[in-house]
Parts: sequence; C-alpha cells; structure tokens
Amino acid sequence: MTCWVRGLNPTKSVYDFVQGIGVAEMAVQSDVIDEAGPYDRAKALSAFKLGDVTFYWITRLSAISVLLILGGIIISLIVGAFPAMKEYGFAFLWTQRWAPSADPPVLGALGPMYGTLVTSFIAMLIAIPVGLGIAIFLTELCPQWLRRPIGMAVELLAGIPSIIYGMWGFFVLGPFLANTFQPFMIRIFDGVPVLGAIFAGPPSYLSLFNAALILAIMVLPFITSISVDVFKTVPPVLKEAAYGVGCTTWEVVRSVVIPYTRVGIIGGVMLALGRALGETMAVTFIIGNSFRISSSIFAPGTTISAAIASEFAESDGLHQSGLILLGLLLFVLTFFVLAGARLMLLRLEKKAGK
Amino acid sequence: MTDLSVSVSSNAHLASQQPLPEAPAKVTVRNLNFYYGEHHALKNINLMLGTNRVTAFIGPSGCGKSTLLRIFNRMYDLYPGQRVTGQLMLDQTNILDPKLDLNLLRARVGMVFQKPTPFPMTIYENIAFGIRLYEKISKSEMDDRVEKALRGGALWNEVKDKLNASGLSLSGGQQQRLCIARTVAVRPEVILFDEPCSALDPISTAKVEELIQELSENYTIAIVTHNMQQAARVSDKTAFMYLGELIEFDDTSKIFTSPSDRRTQDYITGRFG
Repeated sequence: MTCWVRGLNPTKSVYDFVQGIGVAEMAVQSDVIDEAGPYDRAKALSAFKLGDVTFYWITRLSAISVLLILGGIIISLIVGAFPAMKEYGFAFLWTQRWAPSADPPVLGALGPMYGTLVTSFIAMLIAIPVGLGIAIFLTELCPQWLRRPIGMAVELLAGIPSIIYGMWGFFVLGPFLANTFQPFMIRIFDGVPVLGAIFAGPPSYLSLFNAALILAIMVLPFITSISVDVFKTVPPVLKEAAYGVGCTTWEVVRSVVIPYTRVGIIGGVMLALGRALGETMAVTFIIGNSFRISSSIFAPGTTISAAIASEFAESDGLHQSGLILLGLLLFVLTFFVLAGARLMLLRLEKKAGK
Repeated sequence: MTDLSVSVSSNAHLASQQPLPEAPAKVTVRNLNFYYGEHHALKNINLMLGTNRVTAFIGPSGCGKSTLLRIFNRMYDLYPGQRVTGQLMLDQTNILDPKLDLNLLRARVGMVFQKPTPFPMTIYENIAFGIRLYEKISKSEMDDRVEKALRGGALWNEVKDKLNASGLSLSGGQQQRLCIARTVAVRPEVILFDEPCSALDPISTAKVEELIQELSENYTIAIVTHNMQQAARVSDKTAFMYLGELIEFDDTSKIFTSPSDRRTQDYITGRFG
C-alpha cells in the first residue's frame, strides 16, 4: 500500500503549488485596478457609453429601414394598382381574357396566376427530389475525389445569369424537348383520362413545361447547397448510432438525417420556391406569353412576372395599372405560399412530437 | 492510509468479489493493428471478451480505446483511409471479412455512445425503429417489445405516460438510458459502451452503471471509461491501453490492487493521463 502514498503525494503538492501561483496573480491584478482610480474609470465608461448608443441607433435604424422599404413598396403598388382595382374589382381574379387594346380594355389575371403556380409547382416537383438526391449523394455516398467537381458544378449553376438560361432554353432546350420528350409523353398518355389532358399535343418550343424545367434547373443549386450545408450539421455520432442499430445508408438518411435537418431543408425549398415564383427573364423567353389557359402543360402560357416584363414598356393608363395589380397579386401569392409552407413545418414538428 | 486506498477498500464490489470463473470467449482479438491513414493507432492487440462478462478499457486520451471499440462493429468502415489488419472473431464469424453484411453485424454488436444520441422521433419510435429494421411484427407485439426494452433500459416508469413525446425532450441521463434501451431492443449479443457516463450527472451515472451490471447477465459488454472507479465498479476484466498498445489485461481486482506493469500502476494512481 505504500506505493499509493508515494503515488499521491507528489500530485497533491503540485496541486498546492499551482493554486499558490493563481492566488499570487490575482493579487497583482487587483492592485492594478486599485491604482487606476475612480475618475479614469468613469471617463472610460462614458466613452463606451457613447459608442453603445451610436451602435444601438445604427442597428435600430437598419432594422427599421427594412419595414419602411417594405411598407413603401406595398403602398406604391396599391396606389398604382388602384385604377384597375376600381375598374375590375374581384372579377380581375377570375377573368381569363386579357385584351388591353379592346375598347374598353378587358383585363383578367387568371392566366398569369395559373401559369405562375403551375410552372413553380412542376419546377419544385422536379427540383426537390433531384436537389435532395444530389445533396445526399455529396454528403453520404460520394467518393472524396468526386465531391469537389460536383459541388463546384452545382455552385456554378447558381452563378449563371437568368438571361443565359432563357437563351439556352429558347435555342436548345425548347427544340430538344419539342422533338423528343414531348411527343413521347403525348403518345404514352394518349387516351388516359386526366393524364391524357395534361400531356396533350401538339408539342411546342414554347410551353409551360419547358419554362418549369428551366426553373427547376435554376432553383436546383439553392436546394442542393442549403441541403448539403444542413446535412453537414448532423452530428456524426448520431449517424453512427443509426448505423449502430444496423441501418443501411438509405435508412439513416430517411429516418435520421432528413428528420434532423427538415427545418433547414424546408428553408432551402422555400428560398427556391420564392425564386421560382418570381423568376422573370428566363421564363419570358420560353413560356410563349399566351394568356389562354390550356389543360396541357405542353401548351404555351404566361406567368405574372413574364406578363409584366413583356408588356410594361409599352403600356399606359388602365393597362399599366392592371400590370401593377398583377405585381401586387404576385406579392400576395408569394406571401401565402410561404405562409402555407410555414404552417406545414409546424404540423411536421407536431407530428415529430416536439 | 491515503485517500485512494480508502476508496478502493470501501468499494464493496472489489472487496467482496472473487474473480469470476473464466468465461468462453465471445470476441477474440489476435494481432490487431489499426491505421488512420499513415498513423499507426493500434499496435498488435491481443485479448478476448468473455461471454456475459464486462470488460473495461482504460487509458489516457488518445490511447486507442475508442478506436478498438469502433473496430468491433466495423464503425471505422464509414470513413475512408482507415484500415485494419489482424484477426477479429465474433464466435465463429470473422468480423473483418470484407464481404460481411455490416448491417447484420451491427445488429449483433450494439453500441452506446459518449453523448446520448436519441433519433429525431418519438420515444416509442426510437425503440421501434431498430426493431422494425429486422422484424415484421404486429402493433401489439411491438408495444410489448418497446415496453420490455424500456424496462430493460430502466426507463419505463419515467416515460410510460409520454411515449409520443420526442426523444429529444428527455433529460441527458434519460436520453442515454433510451439509447441503451434502443440498443437492447435489437437483441444484440455484444454491447459496446463508449464512455457512456461522461456526459451524465452522478445520479444518472449510478443508474447507468447499475444497468450495465444487470445487462451483463445476458450480454457480453465492453466499456470504455475515463473513470477509474467506474471501471472498478462495473467490470470483471480490465484492459489498460497506452499509446496504441495493450499494456495489461487482467481481472479487474488484480489490475486495481496489484498491477504487474509499472505504467498501469502510474495511471491508476493518477501520476499521468
């Protein structure tokens, strides 16, 4: 047993020694503070106080400016749209005809609203699974050497200006789809109830579907890069625990990674949806700018932003007011879609038992 | 007498316990070497885990205890650049066989981690999730299994009224026992504990230790710990590791009363580590 004594005593004395140093140092520090005196301290503090107040007001004004800008935009939209609102009332929402040069002009938002919702919906239908798939592959399955090239490609995709997507869609993707994918789908679903009407001919270079596909490609990087970032926040030990009860990679992703990160994923999807709803240039190029609603997604159509972009320059009077009203509608539409997504998130959380 | 001798002699487990008879080997390790890339992390390890015995692994941080544990269920396989040589048998199964079904292996060799790792789902689902991976059973059978597992994890009385609450809503100690219950629910043969109490308060620690003792009646257990008293309390055999080598492997009572290696003695008396 004597070995225990020898084993312990040195550590104990070292401990005392270390404590002694600590006490000595503290004594030295308190001396310095005493010598500084009360006057210097008050002066130093008042200098800090000025900085604090300035800082407080700069940040507060920055925050308030957001509210002012938002309010200003809403008010000017309402003022600009007022003549059209007075003229058409709620009928604006369910009128399909858009005839600004008729006398008197007839304006209805149904076509652009339909186009906006349908293109965004199809775009998300394509972009969410593909974007999540890329993110899962990059974080869970990808060999190290392939990770950078794919990650960089996704990020570059986000950097391409939308006008270039528009041109590419107009000259390359549109003709390609019209010659291959569209006839194929039309043939397959010919005569099937519902689906036959959705995939009805004739094939077209300019169509809702083409615009939706371009939108899907454009929003893909948002979904992927945000998903990759949030997937990386999953603690490795949590994944190991799931592997530890015998999960396959798919089960780990489905039951642990995605539930753990769902708030972040939905955030990414919302960002993507917001962009898809408002995207203008690329869509204007390839959607065909037709206000008529057709059951087929291969028919030309228009979106709110495409309608505004293509007509605003040569509009005046009631026509212009109608376009501003369309803009206000897009604003409201986006708000409701995002609010709906928030609600969905809340229900998901309730289901997970939080 | 010094502090430490008091703490050892007051330890009822050690004082009263005669070493249990040698148990047949459940896991056998022969000439095992492990590399993180170029770094040689484990050097020529030889030992065996006795069936239904608790084996503790002690040693300073970075000595390779956790690494060794992570080889037993091939967890290192998740990360590129880590490789192992030597022989590692679970009964008659070669754990290192590259063709081995890892999911089945991990169902046989469960693991509990340093930090509690409840899955982001309800308490009930946390348990049912692992069971469902391997068995198709009815709702009522599943209820039974979940209850049994939670009782096995000494958690049933605390959570029976809130099985649909999130696993994350429990306290740290409860979460850890939930993780143990989850591991037990899959009916493994070996359970690996990687510092299971290092994030827990003393009361939770006591509960988990008690649980480990109970589990050792039916499972082969390996536990990594930094807490010497814990190793002394719960284990039958203790392995002391230092710088990637197995320095000493013997009955716990022997390791803590008369270690045969100078380094073991220095470590358990607190002179380094």
